[in-house]
Amino acid sequence: MGLFLADLAWGSIHISLNEIIATFTGNGQNGINSEILLNFRLPKAITAVLAGASLSVAGLMMQTLFRNPLADPYILGISSGASLGVALITMASAFLPVVLVNSGWAMILAAVIGAALVLLLVVGVSFRIQNAVSLLIVGIMFGTIAGSIVSVLQNFSNPDAIKLFVMWTFGSLSAVTWTYMQVLLPVSFIGIGMAFLLQKRLDGLLLGENYARGLGVPIMQTRFLIVIATGLLAGGITAFTGPIAFVGVAIPHIARGIFRTSSHKILLPATVLCGASLLLVCDIISQIPTYTLPINTISSLFGAPIILWIILKRK
Amino acid sequence: MFVLSTHNLSIGYSKKRSKTIVQPALNLKLQAGELVCLIGPNGTGKSTLLRTLAGLQKPLDGKIKIDDDELENLSHHEKAMLIALVLTDRVDIDNTTVYDIVSFGRHPYSNWWGSFSEADEKQVREAIEMVHLTHKKDDCICELSDGERQRVMIAKALAQDTPIIMLDEPTAHLDLPNRIEIMLLLHRLSHKTGKAILLSTHELDLALQSADRIWLMSNVGVECGVPEDLVFNGSFNRTFESKYYFFNEANGNFSMNYPMTRKVWVTGDKTRMYWTLRALARAGYIVVSDAEFTITINQNSWILNEKEFSTVKDLLDELATLSA
Repeated sequence: MGLFLADLAWGSIHISLNEIIATFTGNGQNGINSEILLNFRLPKAITAVLAGASLSVAGLMMQTLFRNPLADPYILGISSGASLGVALITMASAFLPVVLVNSGWAMILAAVIGAALVLLLVVGVSFRIQNAVSLLIVGIMFGTIAGSIVSVLQNFSNPDAIKLFVMWTFGSLSAVTWTYMQVLLPVSFIGIGMAFLLQKRLDGLLLGENYARGLGVPIMQTRFLIVIATGLLAGGITAFTGPIAFVGVAIPHIARGIFRTSSHKILLPATVLCGASLLLVCDIISQIPTYTLPINTISSLFGAPIILWIILKRK
Repeated sequence: MFVLSTHNLSIGYSKKRSKTIVQPALNLKLQAGELVCLIGPNGTGKSTLLRTLAGLQKPLDGKIKIDDDELENLSHHEKAMLIALVLTDRVDIDNTTVYDIVSFGRHPYSNWWGSFSEADEKQVREAIEMVHLTHKKDDCICELSDGERQRVMIAKALAQDTPIIMLDEPTAHLDLPNRIEIMLLLHRLSHKTGKAILLSTHELDLALQSADRIWLMSNVGVECGVPEDLVFNGSFNRTFESKYYFFNEANGNFSMNYPMTRKVWVTGDKTRMYWTLRALARAGYIVVSDAEFTITINQNSWILNEKEFSTVKDLLDELATLSA
């Protein structure tokens, strides 16, 4: 909560705490400041919270499903799918009608379609294969294919289009306006809600799929639901903010380190909390220099040492 | 009363159109309060049978019945109330105590949120007590030895409170004291709790000692019976037939077939006889009465050609020089 307020206060124009309170209670004096606050910093801070929470929960589910501490929300190729969509729209735009390219929804739509396509392929395959490790490989392969197509596109594109695409891959929390929020908010809530409904089954999966089956967990159905929830969370966030690296893989470890448990009953709220906090901190840091830094860089730069510290402290 | 029975059960693997039948037409019965050991050479389908009976794998043909219900018609949840599993999959979960792992056994009974009633907690505590791990119930699973881990998984199966427990090679990777302890524990549990316990193992002599019934798997089917009956009717010898070793009916162990080309005769003290014969067999000597050399066993030594030897090594060395 404090972080949330700090994130609102910080920026190229300093806005005092009193002013923030005043703006929210409807007594704002400074027109420009309240404009910045309500239409820029508030949605950005909410996006930070949503993105942090969603990616962390998705990462936790992937790590449990694959029983692999290195799994992240993008492991099923969702971000590659999204970036393929965006690459197509930015770099192959010569073939598309102008109206579509220029609207803000175009990129989002392209990212959603790309992510959804990869996700559907992975889900389709998941019904045909027995073990989760194969699913992991399938996801990585689809991601690799999407990545190569992006490279091919880059090879044939002009520098401006490439820059536009690269900017998107840096990730940005400020692209989300109130209009977009109307979509992002329910998507995140549904995804996180699904994760909470699955928490007991996720616990069962910790023992491995065979043991989980022996405890009455319907494996195929559970796997399907986990993939869908992850797709909603990671796909939704990536579509609106671009890929945000690291949060998804790091936060579950941080939550486990702090709360010393593997039970999802505790880990799920913990990852929501830690994920939201970390991205808020990253957002605050990214605004300190005069030039705003891409959130993707900050999250990796400051997240990695935290993980190292936790691992070293545990030994 | 049979809790589990199979009717013309075919087990194996199916891929697209081709089927690989590992064992056809099995008619097996599992009784309450009985410890059944599933033994047989590698590749005869022990794991496949266990996985099929546990519902982890579909049968190719035939039926599995639990009481009067067909296994295939039961839901995941109903199966979990009937069969508890102990598998060879390694369980390594960070920050998870023995109590937490055993609590997983109550999974099928708790609501979607997984909250426990007083009765659930009592079941968990009792299960831990039955495997003698109460003093370690708050220890992290990662700090336990392999034998203790196996007992934790057995406790999990007990907490699941099912009429049937199936274990896939519960004594693998354990040292001898732990192997004996696990088998004793399972034997006691099956008799005390009235559960039907089915386990696969490679520990022939332990299985012969502790099992109430043996399912002996070979390439031609499964033979069921009380261990001693299977010994007397020669089933073990047929199943484990080889020119390199044979099933020794005298002691329930496997003995190796050595190429025995040289002859020697042994007389004397009975207690030392067994080990002396083993050493001689390994060195390639067959014991016959018309041999050139005779070894006489005394209380603390061996006499050969009027020389006295105090160790088996010296005795064998002397025999080697004499035969050369």
